[in-house]
Amino acid sequence: MHDFDYVAPTTLDEAIAALAKHDGQARCLAGGTDLIDQMRTGRRRPALVVDVKKIPELNALVVSDDGLRLGAAVPCSDVYRNEGVAQDYAALADAARIIGGIQIQNRASIGGNVCNSSPAADSVPALIALQAVCVIAGPNGPREVPIERFFTGPGGNVLEAGELLVELRMPPRPPRSGSHYRRFIPRNEMDIAVVGVGASVQLEDDGRTVAAARIGLGAVAPTPLLAEEAARVLVGRSVDDEAALSDAAEAARAVIRPIDDMRGTKAFRSHVTGVLVQRVVRAAAARARGESLDYCPGH
Amino acid sequence: MAKKRVVSAVINGEPTDFLCEPRQTLLEVLRDVLDFTGTKEGCSNGNCGACTVRLNGRIVDSCLVLAVECDGAEIETIEGMAGPDALHPLQQAFLEGAALQCGICTPGFLVAAKALLEENPNPTEQQIRFFLAGNLCRCTGYDKIVRAVQACAAAASEH
Repeated sequence: MHDFDYVAPTTLDEAIAALAKHDGQARCLAGGTDLIDQMRTGRRRPALVVDVKKIPELNALVVSDDGLRLGAAVPCSDVYRNEGVAQDYAALADAARIIGGIQIQNRASIGGNVCNSSPAADSVPALIALQAVCVIAGPNGPREVPIERFFTGPGGNVLEAGELLVELRMPPRPPRSGSHYRRFIPRNEMDIAVVGVGASVQLEDDGRTVAAARIGLGAVAPTPLLAEEAARVLVGRSVDDEAALSDAAEAARAVIRPIDDMRGTKAFRSHVTGVLVQRVVRAAAARARGESLDYCPGH
Repeated sequence: MAKKRVVSAVINGEPTDFLCEPRQTLLEVLRDVLDFTGTKEGCSNGNCGACTVRLNGRIVDSCLVLAVECDGAEIETIEGMAGPDALHPLQQAFLEGAALQCGICTPGFLVAAKALLEENPNPTEQQIRFFLAGNLCRCTGYDKIVRAVQACAAAASEH
């Protein structure tokens, strides 16, 4: 690995000062599961590594009446072991449970998954579905960016020199709502999404009619996508209505811009997008009715 | 050149100070500085789990940890697994079940399987396979490893 310096600040101000001083030549370290591999292979060569795990704000994990506050450095295993998250923000727990193996989940953070900004990042379609907002701190003060506007391209995001992601904030879940994230991979575990879909669904009192929905898509465009039309066509219709689900699938297929690569072709990704949108919406609706999901990751 | 740092950690119960550069991984320091060569280097990118150790109780890939991050940490390696007089029951089960061939992946599997059984003393086959998905073995085809973990769990529940 190349030579670099290391600091582990204990306050946000110290972290911002260290990042700003190195003007784009510094990189935050949370779980390191992307950064350390990128440095080992020479894809990133920061002069300074800023370990952000000792900053209290980045370790927050609070579910309350105000919603979910998830510090950017909290590892995946803490996320899915948190009962409040598993209950009310299930799509996020679903994603955290399938990012790498247990060794990775014990280190890798959702904030790191976001900041690494892969189009295939598993947590992001779930975060989009759950209406996450990125809380950013920097030399010019704090700002907030909705998750679907955080990404600018593969590996790229809106963070400017000296800025860091502090936490992801999600609003409280409305009654009769549920969420789910699922991806397609050719193996059972330990793989990168060919297509990933997250959805949250709020139902009317009848437990069937969709009151509101949000759908996030991963690995099918240069950035993760909010599929607004796909969610809109479901509103006012029953989740048992095959035509409604089929319309949502078509609307999702209409906004994707997939590539051909070793993981799949454009045509395959388009097909799988539609299939997963239908399955994930059904599953989110089942959770909204309080049903437990008969779903085993990888199967 | 970035200055070397002094890191104080507890390794297998022993307070240990070592010097390292920021760019050295925990795996490199364990093997090349501290001579804990039981921890193996496989892929060095977090796929294979051969370098699995416990860091503050949790299993991690030591190739994806910087040694400087470990100041104040508790680390457990395969060298800390056996008791003074006998192998750990999982090690014994791996031996009796022939759950290894070349042996490079074995320390990682043992450290991970120990963490699994502490958390879930009676895992199902599926739970074992899911928990050990971050450990790769190119020799055994996994069945004997899974059966050894099951045998160890079954023996422990009889006592």
